[in-house]
Amino acid sequence: MGQAKWVSSRHSRKKNRVIPGFGLSMGITISMLSLIVLIPLLSIFVVLSGVGPADFWKAISDPQAIAAYRVSLICALAAALVNALFGTILAWILVRYRFPGRRILDGLIELPFALPTAVAGIALTTLYSDNGWIGKLLAGIGIKVAYTPIGITIALIFIGIPFVVRAIQPVLEKLDGQYEEAATMLGASGWQTFRRVVFPEIRPALLTGFGLAFARGLGEYGSVIFIAGNIPYETQIVPLIIMSKLEQFNYGAATSIALIMIVFSFLTLFAINFIQSRLNHAAKGAE
Amino acid sequence: MMGFTWAQMNAWRKKTVLGLTLLVAAAPLAACGSNAANNGNTAEAQGASGETSAPAAVEITNVSYDPTRELYDAYNKLFQAHWKEKSGQDVGIIQSHGGSGKQARSVLEGNEADVVTLALEQDVAELEKGGLIEPGWVGEFDKQSSPYTSTIVFLVRKGNPKGIKDWDDIVKNGVEIITPNPKTSGGARWNFLAAWAYAQAHDGADEAKSTEFIKSLYNNVTVLDTGARGATTTFVENNQGDVLLAWENEAFLSIKEHPDDYEIVTPSISILAQPSVAVVDEIAKKRGTEKVSTEYLQYLYSDEAQKLAGENYYRPSNPDILAQFSDTFNLDLKLVTIDDDFGGWEAATEKFFADGAIFDQIYRK
Repeated sequence: MGQAKWVSSRHSRKKNRVIPGFGLSMGITISMLSLIVLIPLLSIFVVLSGVGPADFWKAISDPQAIAAYRVSLICALAAALVNALFGTILAWILVRYRFPGRRILDGLIELPFALPTAVAGIALTTLYSDNGWIGKLLAGIGIKVAYTPIGITIALIFIGIPFVVRAIQPVLEKLDGQYEEAATMLGASGWQTFRRVVFPEIRPALLTGFGLAFARGLGEYGSVIFIAGNIPYETQIVPLIIMSKLEQFNYGAATSIALIMIVFSFLTLFAINFIQSRLNHAAKGAE
Repeated sequence: MMGFTWAQMNAWRKKTVLGLTLLVAAAPLAACGSNAANNGNTAEAQGASGETSAPAAVEITNVSYDPTRELYDAYNKLFQAHWKEKSGQDVGIIQSHGGSGKQARSVLEGNEADVVTLALEQDVAELEKGGLIEPGWVGEFDKQSSPYTSTIVFLVRKGNPKGIKDWDDIVKNGVEIITPNPKTSGGARWNFLAAWAYAQAHDGADEAKSTEFIKSLYNNVTVLDTGARGATTTFVENNQGDVLLAWENEAFLSIKEHPDDYEIVTPSISILAQPSVAVVDEIAKKRGTEKVSTEYLQYLYSDEAQKLAGENYYRPSNPDILAQFSDTFNLDLKLVTIDDDFGGWEAATEKFFADGAIFDQIYRK
């Protein structure tokens, strides 16, 4: 009898879920999501509904806009790649080594999040312009950073680095040292151990960090605008094109280009999820 | 037994769905409604006094553009004394500054300004289109509602190492120009038009040649900032470029701050930059501040206020007062105007700054 009762109570408990409040928390979640994310995004379509297809096409296929897509995509991609590499190294150092100032370094990683982007932009411009501390040295060897695509990329590296580091760090921390020890004992070199044992573990996190840094880079305005020369066809980023349309009270064209940006970001995140699921699949198949 | 029953869960679920439906239904309303919370960039109350509803005190908001900060700081004190004397009422003035176009948009989107004092007639015209200002506002005050004017001059490095005298010197190879983008900065449109006026006067009003001239000018632009203050920072703080195309009042402020580093060069031709002022009729009516708002702008034409404008490096629109500042301003400078030489802002925008117009063309490869 007792056992039957236990089974039935377990059964009903499962039905009702272990943690209570699913309906309430789900309601709050979706309401907040609607207010903060979905409705603002929907308003894009509300504005766009007043834009004819011809105007929409004209706005998004404008040669200046196309040049800006290129600048934004290339710079964001370059910055995300640099971040993927250095973010991994940085996370590795923070997790695997103990050295004086490690905690401070760890805290500094988040600075790009905390700093107002305009402050970051002005500071970077001051440093990297021809007469800035770093810019002066680089100008000596013929590299102009501020007011060129390189400057844009540097600003994007700055704002993107925390995404990669903070994505990889927890994975590295949890990684059991036994696997590396085993690999070493089986005769793997340091590089082989990293490539075959450690890297597959951090790869999903790396992809996530890369994707976030890239998507953030596409949309970044505040820090870039100071360090980019904003010359049409050369150093104009897409968010600037949107701002200039707004400045001309052309809400329709601004929104059309905004939609293209959303599509870019969405495709990127989608592609990363796709790659990840393929890799997971391959990993499972290998087991 | 802990947890909810299915019935409870269903009730929650229904409420959730109901809430969501309401939210989605409310979305268009929220999108259309005014967002009064979006209130200017740098609003600061001056001499805020008592409740707005009290007859002894009144409060107005002046939405202005960036470089007028110092001018209105001084003018507001002058006007407060004047209004107190005239009507016995204390007036508090909230000042807001930012890029002219952005400021106009903020008013359009619900920033409750009683008066606007912007850089471009066009930005005020947008408020007219939005139904906030009644047509005919240009004629409401003297001199097409421009109580003070300015012009475009060159700011160069001390000693003028590149020997810049006039517009044809800055299009030469090797001269680096800093000017904001006329598509993102209303003020920068004056720079463009001033250069165009020079070109027209020197090539027999040949449009193709003027376009070439403008093209070579913008080819020399190494940083195209989004706003006038940004361009000044690039030139002054980051030491970029040989010449900054600047508003005369901004150029004077830079000289005042760094007297040993820069000098002003006045070209042979420039443009009369006419900032526009207007009472935002709909908002002033709603808030019952029409009288004080109108007087606020009217008093800008008084001798005292005109002198104040001159002291803040704006050219007073009253010719007698302007003459008193002949030591400061180069009064021999030939000034073209937007109405006489460009057929008004609408025509100029259409021709030069609309998408695909001349400014876009000169960058096309």
